[in-house]
Amino acid sequence: MKSFNKRGLFALITVILVGILLVGCGSQGGDDTHIELRGSDTMVNLGQNLAEAYMERQDEVTLSVTGGGSGTGIAAMIDNRVDIANSSRAMRDSEIEQANDNGVDPFEIVIAMDGLAVFVNENVGVEKLTIDQVGAIFRGDITNWSELGGSDGEINMYGRQSNSGTYVYFRDNVVKEDFSDEVRQMNGTAQIIEGVRNDSFAIGYGGIGYTVDQNNHVVSGLNVLSMAADEDSKYVNPLDSKNVESGKYPIARPLYNYTDGNPEGAQLDYINFALSEEGQQVGVQTGFYPVSPEFREFNQRQLGN
Amino acid sequence: MENTDIVKENKWLKYKEKGIEGFFFLNGILAVFILLGIFFLLIREGYPTFKEVSIVEFLTSTRWNPTSYSQSGYGIVSMVVSTLAVTIGSLLFSVPVGIAAAAYLAEIAGRKEREILKPVIEILASIPSVVIGFLGIVLVGPAIARFFNISNGLNVINGSILLGIMAIPTIVSISEDAISSVPDKYKQASLALGTNRWHTLIKVTIPAALSGITAAVMLGMGRAIGETMAVLMATGNATAFPKGIFTSIRTLTATIAIELGEVPYNTTHYHSLFAIGAVLFMMTFLVNLVSDIVLHKYGEGE
Repeated sequence: MKSFNKRGLFALITVILVGILLVGCGSQGGDDTHIELRGSDTMVNLGQNLAEAYMERQDEVTLSVTGGGSGTGIAAMIDNRVDIANSSRAMRDSEIEQANDNGVDPFEIVIAMDGLAVFVNENVGVEKLTIDQVGAIFRGDITNWSELGGSDGEINMYGRQSNSGTYVYFRDNVVKEDFSDEVRQMNGTAQIIEGVRNDSFAIGYGGIGYTVDQNNHVVSGLNVLSMAADEDSKYVNPLDSKNVESGKYPIARPLYNYTDGNPEGAQLDYINFALSEEGQQVGVQTGFYPVSPEFREFNQRQLGN
Repeated sequence: MENTDIVKENKWLKYKEKGIEGFFFLNGILAVFILLGIFFLLIREGYPTFKEVSIVEFLTSTRWNPTSYSQSGYGIVSMVVSTLAVTIGSLLFSVPVGIAAAAYLAEIAGRKEREILKPVIEILASIPSVVIGFLGIVLVGPAIARFFNISNGLNVINGSILLGIMAIPTIVSISEDAISSVPDKYKQASLALGTNRWHTLIKVTIPAALSGITAAVMLGMGRAIGETMAVLMATGNATAFPKGIFTSIRTLTATIAIELGEVPYNTTHYHSLFAIGAVLFMMTFLVNLVSDIVLHKYGEGE
């Protein structure tokens, strides 16, 4: 009797395990209508809003969007672990080579533009800076706000971590050298904003979309700086979207999507949606800007029409 | 007929016994294998670092910037000092509080107080570190900034306080066990000699429980060295050498957590993160070794 029970138990466990195995296999087969996007933290909200809008239009394709930083998305693309990589910087040649070695052929498309805002705590008392001055601050060459006509206090710098596309873009285009090692490396732009708001001598950088709330009011305690390419140029503020769209604002950058090879099927359909009038409008509502004419041409060349 | 059956049964039982013994032996030794496995993995993956970076630079330079614009730097001194700074800071705060709380629980508190306090302290241990880190950003940081009149609170003190909070439950729980297990005779003898309860506690009970308390502190220290999320969130993560208790720092654990996600596979940067892991491993190993030696010494002294 006892041994019979044991055997029965074994049989039951076997049935359950086989069942799980079968179900597991079943859900794996032939599922290409799920697209996974990963990468840039700057682009997470944009990606999610685009995905939502896209999923509302049709119900065959589902999308999931996660962040982690542009570097994370690109690393996933290189290892072929993701369908579309979001990146706020272009892939480097070395990364494309690594991808090729893994049999991945990265395909680049620009889906929106981002203006990078430089912002300070409202107590600092500085309204406008040149790119050079901001670079000097983040290099550690200017250390007191009084040197720039602000209140007397040591400058506290807030930035992103090195896996961030924003970090790389800002370093390569504004700092043009290594960041000072005194820069606090925050986990995301939202944390930079939080840090700068609470620190009366702080400066930080990040996507313009993060500096305003849903009603397009600047986050309280922040002061978004007007920027100029050099001393002779006009200072323009990125909060006026016309300045960014027209290219007058000096720190604007393209936001990329990468796929493995020329996009086809659902991926192509999604990218076409992102580039459509409606998709671009989603970007504007999220705090970004339509693809500039220069990159629109680039996209057309890439997609071959 | 029946006899052979019994013999068979006995044999079967013997094998069963052996089998069960073997099973438990394997389980016991599994931890050793896992430990060795991890250590070898860290060494194997970390070793290639030193083909590109000299070990002297790794251990003596204060500049850590593997993804530099111009010249990469692979020095871990700033991070080691930072890790030690928050760890020692957390102990300065959690050891006195923890031992005092343990002494109160074991010697002074009534049954009712103990029944409420002990579970509450244990719940403190189960708060996820990311939640503690969050408190560090929104609550402890601003409080520190206001209290010391500095512009922000993402610094060594913040990390120390958070780690101290996380180490307290370990220290209290194990110290309390140690203090409770001091034989009543010791205390009775002390009281019979005419001392008061305070004197008995300080001069007799706690010294008698010292080996257990040391183990508690060491375990708390191990937790503090290895903790990642809370310090990552609350200390500001600036890679500069710490200039004081009000500077932002980045610990060894935070560096691995931040950089391992993005690092290209099999590069010097990748390997150097494993080398940091090995350094971290050796630090905690050293702490455990010292605590073991201390425990042994006191054990023999009794």
